[in-house]
Amino acid sequence: MVSAPSRSAGGAAIGSETRAAIEREIAKYPVKRGALLPALHLVQAEQGWISPDQARELAEIFEIRPVEVMEVVSFYNMFYDRPQARHHVYVCTNLPCSLRGARLLLAELEHHLGVKPGETTKDGRIALGHEECLGACAYAPMIRVDETYHENLDAVKAKQILDGLK
Amino acid sequence: MGLEAPYVTGYLSEHFADPAFGTLDGYVAKGGYEAAKKALREMSPTQVVDEVKAAGLQGRGGAGFPTGQKWSFMPAGSEKPKYLVCNADESEPGSFKDRILLERGPHQLLEGILIGAWATGAEKTFVYVRGEYAEPARQVQRAIDEATARGFLGANILGTGFRHDVVLMRGAGAYICGEETGLLESLEGKKGQPRKKPPFPAQYGAFGMPTTVNNVETFCHVPHILRRGAAWFKGIGTDKSPGNTIFGVSGHVVRPGLYELPLGTKLDALIFEHAGGVPGGRKVKGVIPGGMSMPILPAGMLDVPMANEFLRERKTMLGTGGVMVMDETTCMVRVACVISYFFRDESCGQCTQCREGTGWMNKVVNRIERGAGNPDDLDLLLDVAGKMEGATICAFSDAAAWPIQGLLRHFREDFEAHVKLGRCPFPESFAL
Repeated sequence: MVSAPSRSAGGAAIGSETRAAIEREIAKYPVKRGALLPALHLVQAEQGWISPDQARELAEIFEIRPVEVMEVVSFYNMFYDRPQARHHVYVCTNLPCSLRGARLLLAELEHHLGVKPGETTKDGRIALGHEECLGACAYAPMIRVDETYHENLDAVKAKQILDGLK
Repeated sequence: MGLEAPYVTGYLSEHFADPAFGTLDGYVAKGGYEAAKKALREMSPTQVVDEVKAAGLQGRGGAGFPTGQKWSFMPAGSEKPKYLVCNADESEPGSFKDRILLERGPHQLLEGILIGAWATGAEKTFVYVRGEYAEPARQVQRAIDEATARGFLGANILGTGFRHDVVLMRGAGAYICGEETGLLESLEGKKGQPRKKPPFPAQYGAFGMPTTVNNVETFCHVPHILRRGAAWFKGIGTDKSPGNTIFGVSGHVVRPGLYELPLGTKLDALIFEHAGGVPGGRKVKGVIPGGMSMPILPAGMLDVPMANEFLRERKTMLGTGGVMVMDETTCMVRVACVISYFFRDESCGQCTQCREGTGWMNKVVNRIERGAGNPDDLDLLLDVAGKMEGATICAFSDAAAWPIQGLLRHFREDFEAHVKLGRCPFPESFAL
């Protein structure tokens, strides 16, 4: 199925390259909507979150209502419906990591950055959070910085990694 | 630093230290895709299903369902397109085996998928990789592209006329999408809320079509079974649980990591001989044997073969083979706090028993840990857990109840001591 050109293609909130990539994803699925999660990943890669305008355009592309896009965005932890810090730093605090000091590491990083989990540094550089199991249980404690895992950490190494983020 | 090849390797992982094994040429050099050639050129789909049935392969994603039987549920001669789904949404706390299977052996997985596709007549496989697994997803996509360009996937595979396409989809951070029908909803671009069953996926699966969902590791065993035969596979492991699995050992051990060993390997051998025991000469207090959903075993029960027929006698299960070891300093109420928080956070919210029950269990164990619990709280926990079992659309609610029941079964005195003293009596335990 090929979608009709969108009405808002002129002043698009979604870039033309992203749109083309979304069309390529749609072609892989027997039902158009199957490509909604891939499309959300693609749109979010543009500016780090999914804006209401982008959600409306996605709804047009997928021939669903904007609220159906937003209910998917809000269900999944990795989709964001508001502007984000330049980097996400997540400390895994599930059991295997906690057994190896993850909560102490998180406390050190809170102190280092001057923010609590769920908060962003004043310069908008880092949002600190904790996350559930990331599949790095033997390499604990660990942090996820955006898409990259940093494993077998101590506080010194973790702070160095954070300080290196632009 | 980070993901390392297993300390003990076997047929699944013996080449994982070699980066070339991730490439198509490197994989073929080790005999890769020979089993797929044999299946597609010399065997009928039914013969393949029968071979996997005869091998006794059980799903490695947690439930342990016989794979060959699952494949045979796919309707033969269906007019509708049929699909396979590879569940690579590995999120069960304590589990990290699929990560290395995806990252270091993507062609082994694709060969297993291709054989499964032939056996079930599926035209497409969707590989659903958890969103956080960016590098594993990159490796699998690279392997899909490579295999498609070289005629191992796509149209006219290996000159046989068989067509099969593999599509990789990335999840976006929801544990519940590891439940197979939650995964199917997510694959359809929806919230990952599990479906009522029946109908089962073999009748009404992805996009309403007949579908079989298998775990990553499950697919990876298949090429080896076809290459060396069902009898060879049955000769590994126990009578009822054949084959190797990749155990993940974490927590308080000297050598946390992955260990590929036969099913039926004793839990104490895994912890002490392989993983080096507990650091600092401390003793083991408890072990979760198969990912966080599985009830804990106390130190006195570690002499158990790691296979469901033996673990069930001790009221737990193999699950994903994620072994979490806790030493004698560990406060089991804190363990309950971490576990119940996880399930509260990840409940999809569809069913009342689960949505409310996970929250209440977390509240009650938190207040016990704070020293504000009362004597009735222990029975309250058991009451809530009991009402969460067998009452919901999917097994998540049971999986949330079982570990709390297990902790109270074996470590009730830890909970009682908190209530009695009005504080946590384990000052050296891991921090919350």
